[in-house]
Amino acid sequence: MAEVALRNIVKTFDRTPAVAGIDLNINDREFVVLVGPSGCGKTTTLRMIAGLEEATSGEIYIGDQLVNDVPPKDRDIAMVFQNYALYPHMTVYENMSFGLRLKKFPKAEIKERVENAARILDITNLLDRRPKQLSGGQRQRVAMGRAIVRNPKVFLFDEPLSNLDAKLRVQMRMEIKKVHQKVTVTTVYVTHDQIEAMTLADRVVVMNGGKIEQIGSPNEVYHRPTTRFVAGFIGSPAMNFLPCRLVEGSNGSAGLSVKLSDKLTFPVPPDRVGRYRPHAGRELLFGLRPEDIIEKRGDLPPGRTAFDAQLDVVEPMGMETMVYFLVDGTEVCGRVNPAVAGKPGETMPLVADLNHMHLIDPKTDQVL
Amino acid sequence: MTTATAQIGTGERSAVRYGSIARGRKRTLYWSYFFLILFVIFFLMPPVYMFITSLKTSAEIGAVTNPWWVYHPTLQNYIDLLSQAQFLTFFKNSALVAVIVVSVTMVVSIMAAFSLARMKFWGSGTLATGVFLTYLIPESLLFIPLFKIFAFIHDLTGIELINHWWVLVFLYPTLTVPFCTWIMIGYFASIPKELDEAALIDGAGYIQILTRVFIPVALPGIIAATIFCFTVSWANFLYPLAFTTSADQLVLPVGIVTTLIKGDVYNWGQIMTGALLGAAPPLIIYAFLMDYYIAGLTAGATKG
Amino acid sequence: MADAVARDLRIPVVRRRVGARALVSRKSMIAFFFALPLILIVLCLVVYPAFYSMHLATLNKSMTKFVGFGNFEFLFKRNTFWMVVEQSVLFAVTAVIFKAVIGFVVAHFVHNIPLKGQRKWRGMLLIPWVIPPAMSTLAWLWLFDPSYSAFNWILNHLGLAGIPWLGNPYWARAGIILVNVWVGSPFFMIMYLAALKSVPEQLHEAAAIDGANWFQKIWYVNLPMMRNIIQITALFSLIVTFANFDIVKILTNGGPVDQTHVFATWAFTLGIWGNDIPLGASVSLFMFPILAVAAGLILRNIRNRGNEA
Ligand SMILES: Nc1ncnc2c1ncn2[C@@H]1O[C@H](COP(=O)(O)OP(=O)(O)O)[C@@H](O)[C@H]1O
Ligand SMILES: [Mg+2]
Repeated sequence: MAEVALRNIVKTFDRTPAVAGIDLNINDREFVVLVGPSGCGKTTTLRMIAGLEEATSGEIYIGDQLVNDVPPKDRDIAMVFQNYALYPHMTVYENMSFGLRLKKFPKAEIKERVENAARILDITNLLDRRPKQLSGGQRQRVAMGRAIVRNPKVFLFDEPLSNLDAKLRVQMRMEIKKVHQKVTVTTVYVTHDQIEAMTLADRVVVMNGGKIEQIGSPNEVYHRPTTRFVAGFIGSPAMNFLPCRLVEGSNGSAGLSVKLSDKLTFPVPPDRVGRYRPHAGRELLFGLRPEDIIEKRGDLPPGRTAFDAQLDVVEPMGMETMVYFLVDGTEVCGRVNPAVAGKPGETMPLVADLNHMHLIDPKTDQVL
Repeated sequence: MTTATAQIGTGERSAVRYGSIARGRKRTLYWSYFFLILFVIFFLMPPVYMFITSLKTSAEIGAVTNPWWVYHPTLQNYIDLLSQAQFLTFFKNSALVAVIVVSVTMVVSIMAAFSLARMKFWGSGTLATGVFLTYLIPESLLFIPLFKIFAFIHDLTGIELINHWWVLVFLYPTLTVPFCTWIMIGYFASIPKELDEAALIDGAGYIQILTRVFIPVALPGIIAATIFCFTVSWANFLYPLAFTTSADQLVLPVGIVTTLIKGDVYNWGQIMTGALLGAAPPLIIYAFLMDYYIAGLTAGATKG
Repeated sequence: MADAVARDLRIPVVRRRVGARALVSRKSMIAFFFALPLILIVLCLVVYPAFYSMHLATLNKSMTKFVGFGNFEFLFKRNTFWMVVEQSVLFAVTAVIFKAVIGFVVAHFVHNIPLKGQRKWRGMLLIPWVIPPAMSTLAWLWLFDPSYSAFNWILNHLGLAGIPWLGNPYWARAGIILVNVWVGSPFFMIMYLAALKSVPEQLHEAAAIDGANWFQKIWYVNLPMMRNIIQITALFSLIVTFANFDIVKILTNGGPVDQTHVFATWAFTLGIWGNDIPLGASVSLFMFPILAVAAGLILRNIRNRGNEA
């Protein structure tokens, strides 16, 4: 039983707000990822949950207990730091058992817990080494082991993978997921890497400027972003944004269409017409992910529209090729099959999948 | 680079002088060694001359022979000094003062540095700067008022401080505590903040964080500070010269200078032997812990 | 759920806030307690004596009467005082310049040789700094000995006349500077070597590709990169040299005829030997302005270092 609840949490450092009012309920055993650009207040939020930073106002609950005034050691949490913070003068075994030794656990139990955690993390053969003698990935495991042996109510991770190289990061990401499946503990995980967030989270919390932009499952934040920030932040390469005008009529029928330029106009799929109708005639922002702009092949299913684009830059990535073209001076990225990709300067027939389009109100930055 | 050029310009440029860069480097190297040897001769000449003289009898010193050579080496000077009760008293006084000063200084400065580097309290920033400034106040500015204050304490309480070897235990901390605190602040500040936070979460209190994390992690710094502290306590000359006069209360440097030089009669063999023995403890420590010694030297400016 | 909890706990929340403040102040209490021995030592043994010294300087010899600036007026009228001022400044400035130059040059030589051998050379070169100055000055005193000078023996064998090392005021001054430079240059060498090591090798390579010769590399790359350490070391050494006591005391004890006294030794002679504590205090106070300026500059440099890092 360890829900975590944040009630209107605010943290200001010398008058500049780092966290500006956050409300968040985390369920027992849930894996929640806080994601957002650097400086948006993720670490500060996590540190307030850990008790390393005092909240300026608001309440923090762990389990049923209000913990605002509880020191870190009594909050029953464990934290994995970005630089691992392993005690350099202790062996792996001593590192992992330090907390238990301070709490005067019996030797036999300490041994059992450490060995158990070491087995889960596959570091049994490293227990006598010192942090200096370990690779980055091994240090990462030890840091997690130190958290596991304490058998805490909540795991806190602060960018635990950002000191690893790209390949190891992918591997450790999977490792963390496996560990969480084995020791199901409420977990709060902070990262600036949206791929990490998507792959690990039960629920993603997207933060920006000290506030929460959206909370939802990875699929929700990807496919149904509620703000322009979330739409642009989640997904790589990022969503294309184009200024547009929502106009009445499409191909002579009673629908709506988005006019991106004098030459390019996309019809709005019929199931969205009702939703967008109130905004007809307004200047809006049109958003479409690169994977929804693909090469033209065969018949067009409903909701897809073909157009020709003069390619500006072509980036082969191996399994796919990114093509860039200009629409009214704005660069747009599409994702096509390498076999049919054109060369820069050539005109290529492309297809936009408007079933996945978004329209954003530029005044409120809300997705319509 | 040379080879690449050669390959590109095959036919036309056959006159490449392979190895010219390596030759240039070698020449720099030889000159460096040449000058280093000159400087080493300059720097080591006095201690070597001390050693040469210490092996000579008074007769040989007085004779007009090559002063840089020993014709009849003898250890008589060492035997004489080391069997002399007075000289051993100097040694004992010096050792006691050094041990006490080092212990007190390290306890005081480690606690203070931990407090100033990590815990912070009202005015702690100013205090850290203040510590540095007091380190820059030399003993030659302080010995006169301190002398007067100690005399005053005697008038007030009847406790005679002056002319006891242990008075130095109150004086040397003016030199050692500020510097040791200053460099320990530097060492402690370079420990990542996450380390004490991890310990905090693991359930350690402040004292446990200090004794079980900070002290072991900063051990190289502590060793460096200890060495500095010992060297200063051992070598100081002004304080003991001003505050102690009776032969049985002197420490080594002052003892050698004041008792071995009797009026105009210089027994140079013994003086040099005494000086060498007086220099031995710091030199031995330096020989074994050179890297820590050097780390401590540079820490004052580079860790600030 | 948590909402309900929040409502239930509303009253304790207020009470606990007070607890938190108590906790914070407890932490700074502990911190203050940890620093207390340091504060006491600094206050009682450094700050108080420093101010007491100023008070002492305003008393008469038997310390029974307040004489204001009387001691200073007396000093200003004495030739010896002006000689001491001149000698102290000349000694400190010359010695620091020599130490800095020698330290800089030797650091480069050590840096030039392969890394493997550097430790050994550095170890030998630092020995003068490790020997207690009072002890090594005795060796110099013996090297300068009027009748048995080992230097003069060499000079004589080269067919040159011996030098009255400590008998003539000019040679005595030079001798004092020589000994101080001998003691202090290793410290500069170590500091500059540490600074040199922190100059990235790529900068030299970039400079080489830009066509710089070795002198230009030192002038345009090393010097600017090391400037901060060079300044801190020189200022620091200026303070220590200016306040130097041991070397002058042992080598000449101010002689011949007070011509080599510096502030520290003259203050000692007047205050401790001459039993005129107020006059001694007045003399030593003259060190204060130079020390204050140097200390301020050092502090500024160290702050700058902090900002760069
Ligand atoms: N100890 C601190 N003092 C002052 N400002 C801070 C401190 N810690 C963080 N901040 C500021 O708070 C904001 C949020 O920081 P942080 O939570 O570390 O962001 P993130 O982890 O999302 O990158 C940043 O603008 C940062 O500069
Ligand atoms: Mg962060």
